[in-house]
Amino acid sequence: MFEIVEKEIYSPRIKMFKVRAPYVAAKAQPGHFIIIRIHDKGERIPLTIADSDKDAGTVTIVFQEVGKTTYELGAYEVGDTIHDLLGPLGTPYDVEKIGSVVCVSGGVGVAPMYPKAKAHYEIGNKVISLIGAQSKSLFFFTEKISSVSHEIAYSTDDGSYGHHGFVTELLKDVIERGEKIDEVVAIGPLPMMRAVCEVTRPYEIKTIVSLNPIMVDGTGMCGSCRVTVGGETKFSCVDGPAFDGHLVDFAELIERQRRFLTEERSAMEHFHGKGGTCGCHKK
Amino acid sequence: MPQKIDRRPMPKQDEKERTKNFSEVALGYSQEDAVLEAGRCLKCKKPACVKGCPVEVRIPDFIELITEGKFTEAAESIKEKNSLPAICGRVCPQESQCESMCVLGKRGNPVAIGALERFAADWARKEPQKPEGNGPKVAVIGSGPAGLTAAADLAKYGYKVTLFEALHSTGGVLRYGIPEFRLPKAILEEEVEYIKSLGVEVNVNILIGQTIDIEDLFKDGYKAIFIGTGAGLPYFLNIPGENLNGVYSANEFLTRVNLMRAYDFPQQDTPIQIGKKVAVVGAGNVAMDSARTALRLGAEEVKIVYRRSREEMPARQEEIENAEEEGVQLELLTNPIRILGEKGWVKAIECMQMELGEPDSSGRRRPVPVEGSEFKMDVDTVIVAIGQGPNPLLVRRIPGLELTKRGNIAADEETGRTNIEGIFAGGDIVTGAATVIAAMGAGKRAARAMHEYIKSRS
Repeated sequence: MFEIVEKEIYSPRIKMFKVRAPYVAAKAQPGHFIIIRIHDKGERIPLTIADSDKDAGTVTIVFQEVGKTTYELGAYEVGDTIHDLLGPLGTPYDVEKIGSVVCVSGGVGVAPMYPKAKAHYEIGNKVISLIGAQSKSLFFFTEKISSVSHEIAYSTDDGSYGHHGFVTELLKDVIERGEKIDEVVAIGPLPMMRAVCEVTRPYEIKTIVSLNPIMVDGTGMCGSCRVTVGGETKFSCVDGPAFDGHLVDFAELIERQRRFLTEERSAMEHFHGKGGTCGCHKK
Repeated sequence: MPQKIDRRPMPKQDEKERTKNFSEVALGYSQEDAVLEAGRCLKCKKPACVKGCPVEVRIPDFIELITEGKFTEAAESIKEKNSLPAICGRVCPQESQCESMCVLGKRGNPVAIGALERFAADWARKEPQKPEGNGPKVAVIGSGPAGLTAAADLAKYGYKVTLFEALHSTGGVLRYGIPEFRLPKAILEEEVEYIKSLGVEVNVNILIGQTIDIEDLFKDGYKAIFIGTGAGLPYFLNIPGENLNGVYSANEFLTRVNLMRAYDFPQQDTPIQIGKKVAVVGAGNVAMDSARTALRLGAEEVKIVYRRSREEMPARQEEIENAEEEGVQLELLTNPIRILGEKGWVKAIECMQMELGEPDSSGRRRPVPVEGSEFKMDVDTVIVAIGQGPNPLLVRRIPGLELTKRGNIAADEETGRTNIEGIFAGGDIVTGAATVIAAMGAGKRAARAMHEYIKSRS
């Protein structure tokens, strides 16, 4: 059992937990993820580690309530326990001193971006952070990201903060002003990561994306998370989750993310029928 | 004198009923059946059956105890050699092991050793066990059949054993792979409880190599380590269309159903989708398990697609019969070449007819495509069950560990010793995908060798 020791609500559907998991905290590196199962009937879902504290023995996760499991988890409070937690999983993201890096995050993707931006900053790279969200109220982690960035810019779909438009437009501006970019890192919804790759492709700028496909075990055993990269089938859980974005078959991956759409809907209906997110039925 | 009684058949659930449930198909002998069947044993002076058993169970001894009505004692006799008899009695291929050596089999049917083992084990399952001593620390990685056996034997030698499992529950392939109707999970639970009762500490949710490194274990005072991480890496066909929605590896399909209990969705959170028409590619036990599971989940038509002929099917005869009785169809000498989709979902599988040519390196006749024989089979689900390789996650995190060309750990067959001092290995991670009992045999031999190794160093 893994105890929740801190909870923060960033916006009505975006929540942060610090969970006590000393073994995982001791080994966590940027790009690592964990698999959790919230209770004995739960499914196994992957969440990227957003931060970790070796001394306190905690890992930080940030998630958006999108399906049954994340809704249910969102109602958990400090002192509650997560039934199972496995990690750190995946291949850590490789950080070297290369020059300038642009970190492009969309929505909740800013959380897993933080440890990567931090690693680039600490190794001495110039970090330009570009963060997009639907609206101003959905930004979080901005102080953390600012503290590890040399430059930061925001965009919102509704124009409530920063640039009115997509985050990819901010990226285009940075490229077109003549900034010498050695690597772009993109984390966010699949269409956003695909769009980032299309922006950088003509300029041949190395672009790393972080994928979060449907997983079961998270240890290379089932192949649920397979993705085509450069014409080859890769397992995100073991070979990734970071890949060269210019080689990823996004169209296929977007289809694969829809595999259980019908079941996800019926799970939500079943869940709400049983008391929903008020928390009174969570155990 | 043996009575003139023929081999007692294993009572089974009605085939029409059982495709609607996940309850165990084989029901097990009654007390009367067991004593009658045990009475058929000739008690050979030099019992050949024992030679056919990878863990050297003293078969005539326990059978004699059954004839005397000493069922608990019979189970104890088995457990001296085999810590998981209720599982082995169910999933061992006895027909190619102990029973194939039985002298009665030369002129008729061999003694039903597997069914008797199962009977004795089930009889004794409720008996409490006593924990053992507190010796030096040893670690066992992986809680499948090899790991469970090694852990139990090491505990019996007096070591303080810690068993590490990456998934959230124990059993390895016994949990995620073999379905409830062939090996009820309650039996597995009880066998694991027995191993815990020997003093073994079981830690789930720890992936050695990621959560904790091997060198950390040695630093932490573990004197020897057994690796039994199995064959967990699913092979795919590498044909076009394999990433369409509706294509599962058998591992994913069975893990969703067995480990995650997706058959009970939405009471359980993990979903599974089963179409009306299912093609299972491959003809081993895992393929039979997948096909029979698909039927139970409500598929209307389930076909096994296999490129060789019936004779070469690697599954146990009993499992093939069970599958056919339940309505699984066999499409033999048929090789998939492409999976066709529509809007991202499987619509059909394109296959070629094959014929058998000259024997290949495996000694089996090589299937050769018949030119122009391409045809389409309409399906909405494809389950790929063509085998599993060694999971590379742990082994690639042990610097200097010698591997075979196929990525298995190079370990001595008799002792499980690897090229690194203090590290032993056994089961599918060494041999490639094989049987439960072979893995148990390897776990047993490695435990013995680890005991010798630790003694020699102290």
